[in-house]
Amino acid sequence: MTATAPASAQIPAGIFPFPQRHFLCVADLEPGDVAALLDLAETFVDLNRQRAKKLDLLKGRTLINLFFEASTRTQSSFELAGKRLGADVVNMSPRASSIAKGETLVDTAVTLNAMQPDILVVRHGASGAASLLSQKVSCSVVNAGDGQHEHPSQALLDALSLRRAFGRLEGLAVAICGDVLHSRVARSDVGLLTLMGARVRLVGPPTLMPVGVERWGVEVFHDLRAGIAGADVVMMLRLQLERMQGALVPSMREYFRLWGLDREKLALARPHVRVMHPGPMNRGVEIDSDVADDLAVSLIQDQVEMGVAARMAVLASMAARLDNA
Amino acid sequence: MAPRAIAFANARLVDPASGYDGPGALIASGGRIAEVRRGRGLADLSADIRQVDCAGAMLAPGLVDLRVKTGEPGAEPKETLKSAARAAAAGGVTSIVVQPDTDPAIDDPSVVDFILRRARDIELVHVYPAGAATKGLAGKAMAEIGLMREAGCVYVTDADRPIVDSKVMRRLLAYAAGLDLLVAHRPADPWLVDGAAATESEFAGRMGLPAAPAIAERIMLERDLALAELTGARLLVDQVSAAASLASLARARAAGVKVLATCSINHLSFNELDIGDYRTFWKLTPPLRAEDDRQALIEALLAGLVDIVVSAHAPAPAEDKRLPFEEAAPGSVGLETLLPALLALHHDRAAPLLDLMRAVTFAPAQAIGLKAGRLDVGAPADLVLCNLATPRIIDAEKLLSKSKNSAFDGRRLQGEVLMTLVDGRVVFETRPDALSNTQSPAHPGGPTG
Repeated sequence: MTATAPASAQIPAGIFPFPQRHFLCVADLEPGDVAALLDLAETFVDLNRQRAKKLDLLKGRTLINLFFEASTRTQSSFELAGKRLGADVVNMSPRASSIAKGETLVDTAVTLNAMQPDILVVRHGASGAASLLSQKVSCSVVNAGDGQHEHPSQALLDALSLRRAFGRLEGLAVAICGDVLHSRVARSDVGLLTLMGARVRLVGPPTLMPVGVERWGVEVFHDLRAGIAGADVVMMLRLQLERMQGALVPSMREYFRLWGLDREKLALARPHVRVMHPGPMNRGVEIDSDVADDLAVSLIQDQVEMGVAARMAVLASMAARLDNA
Repeated sequence: MAPRAIAFANARLVDPASGYDGPGALIASGGRIAEVRRGRGLADLSADIRQVDCAGAMLAPGLVDLRVKTGEPGAEPKETLKSAARAAAAGGVTSIVVQPDTDPAIDDPSVVDFILRRARDIELVHVYPAGAATKGLAGKAMAEIGLMREAGCVYVTDADRPIVDSKVMRRLLAYAAGLDLLVAHRPADPWLVDGAAATESEFAGRMGLPAAPAIAERIMLERDLALAELTGARLLVDQVSAAASLASLARARAAGVKVLATCSINHLSFNELDIGDYRTFWKLTPPLRAEDDRQALIEALLAGLVDIVVSAHAPAPAEDKRLPFEEAAPGSVGLETLLPALLALHHDRAAPLLDLMRAVTFAPAQAIGLKAGRLDVGAPADLVLCNLATPRIIDAEKLLSKSKNSAFDGRRLQGEVLMTLVDGRVVFETRPDALSNTQSPAHPGGPTG
């Protein structure tokens, strides 16, 4: 392929139509769906590295980013994904304006729905918010994070990063470490990675583990060293600093000592181990900068890059479903 | 004006007070039960008595519901005393006890009086106020519970709010013991349940819902039982919901503590999985528990450890329910579904009708000292006539409550209230034509066929 070829030449003619009207949680996906989305995302990775990045798969379509919670990377990732596919993208952060006036989540969504968008990408601080919206609007809803429930596009981008790094997902030993209790990323990753045959371990202090987690089809460790021993992948979760007030862990320095990832602990994993983090990182709390910035082991920048491609795959696939309808 | 006398023939009389469940007839006159005939039909009645052929339907004391919320005063768009009373009548509930967490709160004799006057004007079912245990339901200073009792409140409670300060609770119980006044308390450790929307479990963990362990109930219950033992007070445990609490209850009762326990029909009918995809009609206080808890509650009810079943009627308008689960208001309306939902335990598990009906008639009436709740000559003619077998699908939109938040929406139940009487007055009747065989067979001057 030459640099002058139109970008769209790489894209397969018949794009895999998304299996559901909405993308709310990974439980809605089958292994074949995930594989198709990952294959599609791969083509967008190459496209995104070219100078001409623009396609017209979503031409004429309107995408609204409705973010009730602050977000830099997820919101810009969806915005770029939409724009590169040719959609009109509107960003809304109704934290300040309408919420203060007493407008509810559903009111806001119904108002926006009346403006006839095709896809509503929503992030909200309450679990189940995206599901609630999907029942009240006529457009497609993409969950960009609902409370402590799910963040399914993150799981897709994590899977894409891992598949590119290891060539497979099946059989990978993935240790997800830290604040699992409050993490929607952990819930989506557990669902999607186990679906694709990875062996997932959850590692963290009991105060940061959900009750009943041992029945999630994962191995549970309350010791970081034991949890990452022999792992192919170590994913560190963000410790939300406001959790300190909840007395869930005694202090940041104790947390780093027991649960933070540094070189010495990482040496217990397999030699080819790769490190991930959904961001934003608390350096020196859950991860040492030395590890985070080492491009030989860290996939953290790849995750950001894959985020745009994975979300383009989701949006293109949803558009294919809308086109077929 | 006394209502017209009415006679019920061919009924299945279910009277938990006497333990009778069998065929019979009943005559109500002058607002009271005038005659109960077991096993026998009716003959030689005077023509001015309305006769109802029950055709084997259950005739039982009207239900007494100890835990009903309305929005009056202060939140009338949710529910008024009148709309709640209409719903109660349609559900065969003849006495309701309204909770004091209104605006203003029922923490003063004048508000007790207001509720009673409103109820008299509405003239449907009996409405009794529960008084606030503490001023403004703040859990700090005791309300004027002696004066409120004189004004007509039947027990005191802070409704959903736990009385955290053990010293306040101790004094309240001691003072109430001197008045022989029942104190109701919903046991929940306030720190454990803070911010929780569900019961801690694998399900809540997967759903990412903030949750509290069921043991939070037992922790507070143990304190309450110990203080009841210390003070000799009569304690009403408001809506026991967790299996872990039942052993504590049994121990205290065996030790002679004067404790009664209620549970809500919701916790006998649903478990946490009914929440499904964040369905807010199933967001309740206390939150729904595991299936094991539900089974244990049913066993405890049938064994008599749980004495009373309440509807926990808690109206919430759409704008309070159409929210993300953790932000939505808790509660379900329940006045109209209490009886058929309870009957589900009879139909599905062959639970004895007498045991089930006792928990919604005689037991709650006794707890608050009402003469109702029994089929006894001289008792108020508060009655429900119910066809036990009629199948129905609950449609929340068709319920009479102003708020339609019913956890039973879409549920298939059996049991249709045909008629409800309060003090001998018919306050609800499904199909007047079908039931009013006003023509007595011996009527001499009637038209001939």
